[in-house]
Amino acid sequence: MEKPFEIAILSGKGGTGKTSITAAFAALAENAVLADCDVDAADLHLILSPQVYFTENFSSGSRAEIENEKCTACGICMELCRFNAIEFDKKGYYCIDEYACEGCGLCAEACPAEAIRIKKYKNNSIFFSDCRFGPMIYGKLGIAEENSGRLVSRVRQYAKDIAVKNRKQLIFIDGPPGIGCPAISSVTGADLVVAVTEPTLSGWHDLKRLIEMVGKFHVSVYVIINKYDLNGDMAAAIENNLQEMGIATPRRLPYNDAMVFALLEGKTIMEFEPDGLMAGEINKIWNDIKTIIYEPESI
Amino acid sequence: MERDIKIAITSGKGGTGKTTVSTGLFYMLSKHLKYTVQLLDCDVEEPDCHIFIKALRTAGFPVTTFIPVIDTERCTFCGKCKSICAYNSLIMLPSASFIEVVEDMCHGCGACLYVCNEKAITEGVKEIGTVNCHEYHAGDDFIEGRLQVGSALQTRVIRETLNYAKQKGITLYDSPPGTSCPVVAAISKADYVIMVTEPTPFGLYDLKLMINTVRQLKKDHGIVINKAGLEFRRLYDYIKNENIPLLGEIPFKREYARDYSLGRILPETDSRLRDIFTGIIHKVLNGKTV
Repeated sequence: MEKPFEIAILSGKGGTGKTSITAAFAALAENAVLADCDVDAADLHLILSPQVYFTENFSSGSRAEIENEKCTACGICMELCRFNAIEFDKKGYYCIDEYACEGCGLCAEACPAEAIRIKKYKNNSIFFSDCRFGPMIYGKLGIAEENSGRLVSRVRQYAKDIAVKNRKQLIFIDGPPGIGCPAISSVTGADLVVAVTEPTLSGWHDLKRLIEMVGKFHVSVYVIINKYDLNGDMAAAIENNLQEMGIATPRRLPYNDAMVFALLEGKTIMEFEPDGLMAGEINKIWNDIKTIIYEPESI
Repeated sequence: MERDIKIAITSGKGGTGKTTVSTGLFYMLSKHLKYTVQLLDCDVEEPDCHIFIKALRTAGFPVTTFIPVIDTERCTFCGKCKSICAYNSLIMLPSASFIEVVEDMCHGCGACLYVCNEKAITEGVKEIGTVNCHEYHAGDDFIEGRLQVGSALQTRVIRETLNYAKQKGITLYDSPPGTSCPVVAAISKADYVIMVTEPTPFGLYDLKLMINTVRQLKKDHGIVINKAGLEFRRLYDYIKNENIPLLGEIPFKREYARDYSLGRILPETDSRLRDIFTGIIHKVLNGKTV
């Protein structure tokens, strides 16, 4: 295998158990690089306690800034800005709403007084680390930072570089909830999406949207219904619906307190209860995934 | 005692119960406490409030953005549009007379249109989502923002949804999880932020990120603990040490998980939860002087 196989773990809806399951995969795979791309709230490191050996500051966006002394209050910027990011401050000066500005640079280009500058923001960090299961890269978005998609792409690129250099065949991407910009960046170019859902109407609604999004980027999906016994009928209904959509029958995982107790000890479920029920079920899932990776022709 | 206040319901971590809290508060405020209230579902990537709030959809409006339309006959391939584009969304090959917009990368800022001297770029429109309006109860309405699947412009859809906020009564924003631009777009317009968390290390870690965000935005805030029951002292100690108001705790019960799975509003099915939600409302409204 010349190119590493990239598996993105996503969920659409948050809180379905994505990160705990990713950590369990990390414990099972022997030749993997981990990329935590839930850059808004990266949590994988809480289980894997990696040793960070290098931190990079990363700028994923820019914002405009107006110099009051130069501004002639002509109002051209306000008229042109399509993000409604130009407003008046308390003293009545033109200023930038930093949360609305997307750093496009149109106002700076158009300003006849050259009073507007575009400044890069360096609020994001990328951590290079090693954990007990191998190399791990994770991103942390600065507060209110935009363009998390760009940060996700960068984390993935580094993960790929490290995988190639260290002859690792697999990359696990712990993706963000949702289906917007960072989720899309986690999916594009991946080889497989593992979608973790739960047997609730919300879980199903969000899974459908996730599958539709993933389909647009031509990546195949493997579904896990976590905590299926919280509503067995709903789990069965989801399975039926998936079957009608032509998606392979998902694997089920039961609701189990051991997942939380493992987390409290900073362990994966595979380490916490290696002979337990959950570990056994996750092993089966892992065998499925190995078949998809190594013997795709057999499916 | 009516007052005008905008309350955002958020969480650092996904799946902690934001929607449970938003829909529960909306139901209690509208049907039991008889306030004038509005609910805006700003979690546009995965809008789930409609699963719980059974309301008649009265209107739907498309959310659109600018997209450049390039006339290759007029284009001189001068490259001005490509060099101003901050999102690398124009591909140009002058030798082949080729220029194209990568729609997924375009933010719709209009800078290319502005710099083009050849009138080769004109205004196009791209749909990125919808805002759906619903009538709930006694004139109270429920507005849902919904991102079109495949679009990466979620923040734009949130901003458009926020434009539907009424200025009267209580407005609830169900915001997306996390701390990045879409979340800030939702909470920057709020007077008060309710953060929903759960008693686990993930819940605590993500709560701290959220607290940093609301403090930076200088918003009044309080915490609701969902799925309470697990003796996770570190969370309770943190809340106490940081002096953050604990607005209420929703216990973990398998029945609640089941009711949730079926799209039921929790306080509608359980009187104990009605008391808990009423307590949350009183603490938010009394803790804030308007």
